[in-house]
Amino acid sequence: MNMALKKERYSKTELLFVSNAACPGCASVLGLRQILKALEYNVMMIVGAGCVGGYTGSYPYTILKIPALHSSMAGGPSIGAGLKAALDAKGNVDTTVFVWAGDGCTCDIGLAALSGAAERNEDILYVCYDNEAYMNTGGQRSSATPWGATTQSTPKENFESKFKKDITEIMASHRIPYAANVSVAYPEDLILKIKKAKSIRGTKFIHLLCPCVTGWSYPSQYTIKLARLAVECKIFPIYEVENGVKYTINIHPKGTDIREYLKLQGRFKHLSKEQIEFLQNHVEEEWRLLGKKVEWSHSL
Amino acid sequence: MKKMMTGNHAAAYGAMLSRVEVIAAYPITPQTQVAEKLAELCAQGKLNAKYVTVESEYSAMGYCIGASTGGARTFTASSSQGLVFMQEMIHWAGGSRLPIVMVVVNRGLCSPWTVGADQTDSLSQRDTGWLQFYCESNQEILDTVIQSYKIAEQILLPVMVIYEGFYLSHTVEIVNLPDIELVDSYLPKYEPQYKMDLENPATFGSIAGPDHYFRFRYEIQKAMEESKEIIKKAVKEYEMIFGRKSDLVEDYYCDDAEVILVVSGSISGTSRLVVDKLRKEGKKVGMVKIKMFRPFPKEEIRKILRNAEKIAVIDRNISFGHGGIFCQEVKSVLNQGKTKGSPLVYGYIAGIGGVDITYQLIEKVIDYTYNEEPPKDDIIWAGLTYEGQVHEYGFKEGKIFQD
Repeated sequence: MNMALKKERYSKTELLFVSNAACPGCASVLGLRQILKALEYNVMMIVGAGCVGGYTGSYPYTILKIPALHSSMAGGPSIGAGLKAALDAKGNVDTTVFVWAGDGCTCDIGLAALSGAAERNEDILYVCYDNEAYMNTGGQRSSATPWGATTQSTPKENFESKFKKDITEIMASHRIPYAANVSVAYPEDLILKIKKAKSIRGTKFIHLLCPCVTGWSYPSQYTIKLARLAVECKIFPIYEVENGVKYTINIHPKGTDIREYLKLQGRFKHLSKEQIEFLQNHVEEEWRLLGKKVEWSHSL
Repeated sequence: MKKMMTGNHAAAYGAMLSRVEVIAAYPITPQTQVAEKLAELCAQGKLNAKYVTVESEYSAMGYCIGASTGGARTFTASSSQGLVFMQEMIHWAGGSRLPIVMVVVNRGLCSPWTVGADQTDSLSQRDTGWLQFYCESNQEILDTVIQSYKIAEQILLPVMVIYEGFYLSHTVEIVNLPDIELVDSYLPKYEPQYKMDLENPATFGSIAGPDHYFRFRYEIQKAMEESKEIIKKAVKEYEMIFGRKSDLVEDYYCDDAEVILVVSGSISGTSRLVVDKLRKEGKKVGMVKIKMFRPFPKEEIRKILRNAEKIAVIDRNISFGHGGIFCQEVKSVLNQGKTKGSPLVYGYIAGIGGVDITYQLIEKVIDYTYNEEPPKDDIIWAGLTYEGQVHEYGFKEGKIFQD
């Protein structure tokens, strides 16, 4: 893929005011900016509980130039679907209802609600900003926390021992029209995918990996670098699944050693050589399986 | 048009006549037929609304919150476990000042399992910023649903229309279905004061600092207080158009009453018969039916009850560690220096879990109130048996009081 950012794709529209309450180096607010650039003005947003609830500002201030409705942890999918139903009832079928929620909302507490919305194929664009833990409450593990990571609830003596929940596959298996992984390090891919999702009726699920300065414990200048390394190391594959069956890998990773990714982060510092090897093998195996799915989908 | 129908169908027709635009529901006994009837009415094109069976009550209320913020007239219904499962969203709707109307069909909460009537489910939601109306008949259910939209959309607070499971939900009564054109004249198309709007983008429900949060809470209470006049007006206007009166607090022979029975919901009709009989016998007995529980009709209740000697409150609900919830609320407005008298209040718990509250039991309640002074305990257990024996502080119909 051409890595050069094409001007016509990168809109000058800014739907966020410049000042926000996010931590310096926050990938979530950066991702939100890119997404809103792709969606332009005809959008209403559901704000999931979490970091975004804070960084978008407190009453009577907001950084959002679009209509937005804050929701509970598990409320995003149903509130978004309900809003869409109201717009339909008023004859407005064009406006995108965009739900923006973290991995805790998405993979844990709101998964039943999200599955329900997907099963009903509600016409919403649901984007999970995944910083791999409950970062707004100080960084406790979620089911999106990767194997080996320390969090406030998985200290190094008892680091995360479960593999990350594969939310993109879970969502794709609902046979929704569109599910995709995106990264802030690849904005042109992100914008194209959001635009594509916007043009589709039904449930669209986008999974955005968001390096978190405080939770992952790294200097703030490495946000984009880490986002890119996660892709290059095959830890976070950039791919899409259409209708639950058509798999496409959008960015082919270099296959960088995962040590390059791990060593920049405090949360993996404790891992031994053997443990890193174990993780590398897991990443390779997952990548191999994804490749098989791509092959399978081409054979259909 | 008069039709025979259950309370649940009356609720559904109430929603249909209100021309609701979005309905989200999840099935639970005894609410089920409310949702089923609406699904049918929508499928048959008799109601032009988006009907969705969501995957949980939590999402049912979430859906209503989204739809209401989007400017649609929304409806849902639930009971018991479903109601408490959606509780976070119930608070959310109240805090968001959304004019959602929800039917609550009372059913006892687990554990253990029961499907019998018990008002503790809806009463446990009394602090959520929702108005609460407790209905006595199927006709009252239908009328109250329509009135509730009229009220909610003016004061911007959600409303629960409540009735007991099976006693009303599954019991067939004659219901007068008003003409929809007449309902339209009473309840015009919903024009939201605030909604999500591309032309006028705003953020709803973001973080509020302590001062703002405090102020928003004050404003909900203020809206509750101010709603009383709006409710009275809405009910009066309904009476003028449809010819049916509905008292928010009904005063039945209370003027000169020595003993006043305080009840809510389905037992009101039975209680009226008991009062009629005792009046014929020369006993000065009256009855108060509390339909409006939130906002609590403090002044009205104070005014009606202050001259009585004794008050007997029957509660089909309980707040563990204290007692019947209606009883607590009634007590809270008496004896505050603003009343002339200070009647002795007897708190009866009866009918929990769907146990029948019979004519005879109510008669016994009045007898007990007359004859026992002071009451043996804060809570008198009417109709409770334990291993076949009547409770120490209680009685059962057909038996003499225990001494």
